[in-house]
Amino acid sequence: MIEGLAALYIFMLAGFTGFEIISKVPVILHTPLMSGSNFVHGIVLVGAMIALGIAENPTQQAIGFIAVLLAAGNAVGGYVVTERMLEMFKASDKKGAAGEKK
Amino acid sequence: MGILIQATYFLAAALFILGLKQMSSPVTARRGIHWAGVGMVLATLVTFLAPELSDNPQAVTNYILIIIAIAIGGGYAWVTGKKVAMTNMPQMIAMYNGMGGGAAATIAAVELLKAQGEVAAGAEPASLLGAIGLETLNVAPTSISEAMGTDITILAILGAIIGTIAFSGSIIAWAKLDGRLNTSKLLPQQQLINLVLALVMVGFGVAVFFTGDLMPIVVFFALALILGVFITVPVGGADMPVIISLFNALTGLAVGFEGYVLGNAAMIIAGTVVGSAGTLLTHLMAKAMNRSVSNVFFSGFGTTQVASAGAVEGGGSMKEIQGQDVGIMMAYASQVVIIPGYGMAVAQAQHKVWELTQLLIEKGVKVKFAIHPVAGRMPGHMNVLLAEAGVPYDLIYDMEDINADFQNTTVTLVIGANDVVNPAAKNDPSSPLFGMPILNAEQSDNVIVIKRGRGTGFSGVENPLFLLDNTRMLFGDGQKAVNELIQAVKEL
Repeated sequence: MIEGLAALYIFMLAGFTGFEIISKVPVILHTPLMSGSNFVHGIVLVGAMIALGIAENPTQQAIGFIAVLLAAGNAVGGYVVTERMLEMFKASDKKGAAGEKK
Repeated sequence: MGILIQATYFLAAALFILGLKQMSSPVTARRGIHWAGVGMVLATLVTFLAPELSDNPQAVTNYILIIIAIAIGGGYAWVTGKKVAMTNMPQMIAMYNGMGGGAAATIAAVELLKAQGEVAAGAEPASLLGAIGLETLNVAPTSISEAMGTDITILAILGAIIGTIAFSGSIIAWAKLDGRLNTSKLLPQQQLINLVLALVMVGFGVAVFFTGDLMPIVVFFALALILGVFITVPVGGADMPVIISLFNALTGLAVGFEGYVLGNAAMIIAGTVVGSAGTLLTHLMAKAMNRSVSNVFFSGFGTTQVASAGAVEGGGSMKEIQGQDVGIMMAYASQVVIIPGYGMAVAQAQHKVWELTQLLIEKGVKVKFAIHPVAGRMPGHMNVLLAEAGVPYDLIYDMEDINADFQNTTVTLVIGANDVVNPAAKNDPSSPLFGMPILNAEQSDNVIVIKRGRGTGFSGVENPLFLLDNTRMLFGDGQKAVNELIQAVKEL
């Protein structure tokens, strides 16, 4: 599957991709983006599920269980928080409606 | 089945990258998180079909455990994430990030323990190792690295170190930002202790690699946990965003490494993208605060500046003003710039500030918001808080865009901000803030500072801006003070 050199290439290209994505971000989006990237590494959930899935004795199951628990918290929490933040961004052409509510 | 799983991971990785890309513009940002969310759901669902899971003799128990764990972890995060106030967002990000780091570390723990079990049993590697691309060895492994393969063991151990430190460190960052932990001092010679601890930890990591015993694994993880705590406790409150961002990047890296251990491309790609993006973000934040990342780690911010703080005093006094006068001043100004800080958010004054802004705009006053890169508790945090109050983002200006404009500004209203307008950063080499880019509030005709009291700000540094001739202080709770201004403007 993914071994040795191929993985090295993936690491390199993914690294440049991350750099490229962030370098053009306006400051106002830094916090949502940090939160968004926090959500994206919630993909660790997939690994945690496999770790628990391959567990063969109670010790491994217990540790795997913690892994899935934590990973699910990372993924769900990251999503909810990011969503809530981004929900609030609006331009001033809608400001009449937004302002009157307050 | 294998093709379906791989294709889904591929799609998920693409959705993550596209999603993050869209999150880099306010217009498409919401779509971005939705795309990434779809990727996550797909990747999670398809993992239930993985043959590693269904082939396990414990499959039924494990499936049930997985579902229960997702329900508890996800449920907890859903409830807390929905409930948390926008002002407390940074510590929740720290918390969720710590959970991700912990998950990466525990994955490494499971893998290392499995390999250790094989060494102990003297048995041949289990089918798992065949499944992740390692040819079955004919001889019984005598060490963990032999059981797992050299490259996989190294990355598993590195991921374990990074993930564990990010886990315990993020929890400490959360506790500090949430006001549950106020100490910045732990032990004398903390840095020396940390260095020794790190070396011993690496030593045990090497021991894990070359032996097949359980003890080094346990000690190794324990040391990494302690190291995360020791690294984070001395970090000052003002530097916390840098640390959280760094831990976010580290967790990404750990996830990428564990992705290699599991042979999971989606984890490698998503983790590495976050790792590099987070590293750049950390660097940008540290630069905005005129701190290098190593500086943040190796010098407690609150400890070095105490000596110089007293020196600034004695150059004038604070001059008080009443809300009524400020209201009149603002209503007849040509341009008003508002500099909000974390204090505004704590006082929950952002809605009132927006109300005041609307009144002033009706009167023909040009109103702008000036946001320092580190306003709030992390870059962009203040924008989120203003957005929550309904302030449109095109009234909000970054430091570079507005600094030249302060000369044309009649009134600058500083509310709950302090260090980001401290001119000592420009002209007092002895100040701990020296060199940090600041908002040039002092260049406007009038500066009004709304402040609770006469004390220093978050970082504990004196601010000579408050003593300038064109500065007036409006003491009081942020929300009440802005309310006075609103009344004064309305009465005109």
